[in-house]
Amino acid sequence: MSNDWYKKTAHEIRDAVRAKKVTALEVTESHLARIEDVDGKVKAFTDVWADAARNQAKAVDARIKNGEDVGVLAGVPIGLKDVFCTKRGTTTCCSKILKGYRSPFDGTAVERLQNAGAVFLGKLNMDEFAMGSSTENSSVQITRNPWNLDCVPGGSSGGSAAAIAADECAITLGSDTGGSIRQPAACVGCVGIKPTYGRISRYGLVAFASSLDQIGPFTKDVEDTAIALNVMCGRDPKDSTSADLAVPDFTKSLKADVSGLRIGLPKEYYTDALNAEMREKIMDAVKVLERQGAKVVEVSLPHTDYAIAVYYIICTAEASANLARFDGVRYGYRAPGVGSTQELYTRTKTDGYGPEVRRRIMLGTYVLSSGYYDAYYLKAQKVRSLIRKDFTDAFEKCDVVLTPTSPTAAFKIGEKSANPLEMYLSDIYTISVNLAGIPGLSMPCGLVASGLPAGIQIMAKPFDEETILRVAYTYEQKRGFEMGTPTAVK
Amino acid sequence: MAKITKADVEYVAGLAQLTLDEATKEKLVGEMGDILAYMDKLNELNTDGIEPTMHVLEMSNVFREDEVQPSLDREAALANAPKTDGEYFLVPKILDTGDE
Repeated sequence: MSNDWYKKTAHEIRDAVRAKKVTALEVTESHLARIEDVDGKVKAFTDVWADAARNQAKAVDARIKNGEDVGVLAGVPIGLKDVFCTKRGTTTCCSKILKGYRSPFDGTAVERLQNAGAVFLGKLNMDEFAMGSSTENSSVQITRNPWNLDCVPGGSSGGSAAAIAADECAITLGSDTGGSIRQPAACVGCVGIKPTYGRISRYGLVAFASSLDQIGPFTKDVEDTAIALNVMCGRDPKDSTSADLAVPDFTKSLKADVSGLRIGLPKEYYTDALNAEMREKIMDAVKVLERQGAKVVEVSLPHTDYAIAVYYIICTAEASANLARFDGVRYGYRAPGVGSTQELYTRTKTDGYGPEVRRRIMLGTYVLSSGYYDAYYLKAQKVRSLIRKDFTDAFEKCDVVLTPTSPTAAFKIGEKSANPLEMYLSDIYTISVNLAGIPGLSMPCGLVASGLPAGIQIMAKPFDEETILRVAYTYEQKRGFEMGTPTAVK
Repeated sequence: MAKITKADVEYVAGLAQLTLDEATKEKLVGEMGDILAYMDKLNELNTDGIEPTMHVLEMSNVFREDEVQPSLDREAALANAPKTDGEYFLVPKILDTGDE
């Protein structure tokens, strides 16, 4: 019996489980042993559901034994960012204010994964309420980058990304408001997609910025991304913003063929601000696609320079409204020994939130407050329209836009935590995608000299994940190298 | 000129229902000032006549039939509350009725 199932992709596991070459329980045991081996170093998990996972795996095995259809994720071990509501365990967003919170329901994405035969291994670390780009804002622990334990795994879904890179899970789930799936995927060298806004129901995703939030998977290869999207996408009556559109079979896009496809390189992204080594890696990837028949065209996204300002006005404004619900009355933390209801609210919020969450609530409250609403919030929404139009215009000239995911490789733990604005600027290449509501995928395109992964980002028109997957699959098949196991967890 | 003063921070903290200590207030004066100054770059753009984007969806109202559906039962809804009497969430008294 092979005991290295933890190294396999989801589709390899699924095929072997369905063909009875291995049991779901054996696969789960392999991953649990791997978590035991490496998570002390990586610290991706905040809660491991070992016994429940074994029971879930046994149930899958029993159904296979009975000849039942077990779904396209049969026996696939999956980890969940702690932002997803689950009946099992707690759902805390890695915040003190939700410590111990037990959701009375499972979110739609989680339910759909479970119905497809997935086995849940537990909850994964994140920046508190998904606010951050390094996972250093977690109230629980700091997750390490599996390629270099002194570096961050990116954020906010840093636990979900690190768990894939360290082979602790076959698929993980994250959420992306301004890059929180794509940037950590780039930092650790795995595949991560933020689908079009509305593709996946957000029911059961704790809200950060409702006009920007979207759920997506982290995977080891592009085929697994297609499978996970097939399971999770589609209209859900419980989320009125989920799109009422037919969902294609995304596995049909897995063709190594980009002949005639137009790749747009936005000149505003390829400036001096882009690290030279990173630029070289991206250009190497572009050459791979050109050799496969793709055509490169220069495009312009003229309002790129304003995206961070727009984003941090809109996301903090929406967050300040969404987070008002945590007041110590119905669930979560309640400050002890308070004399009045007003004091209950203020003491609970002040003690319950970490510094970054408090800062964003303050900024969001400020930009929405009387006298500043038009100057900041309304102005930002207008510039958001200009940013959207930039993309509409660019997609007249090209089929996909190709950019770096992040200006640099993963940075050192502590390097940017003293300066919030500098941390915000590390989202420069990812946030426009959320503002425009379009899909974006990040995948690895090699290692820079320091031994850390570089990531390339592929964007397309709204609801055109198929073209993104086709480009990503072609690059993966033709790039001529494997990322291999990260050095710190070999 | 400072973008934001300590009085601004105190006013906004009141709106956000936060009680900040002096050191945190001082820190926020600097941090929020820097961030808001950065955001001023939006004023370089003329946005007259541009419609704001509140969300990116090509839909407006989403209606459904007004039918009773299953919802959380009381026990589940109260299960996470810090304090209840088994029927309601409990908070400290809001009105002083003098009959403590």
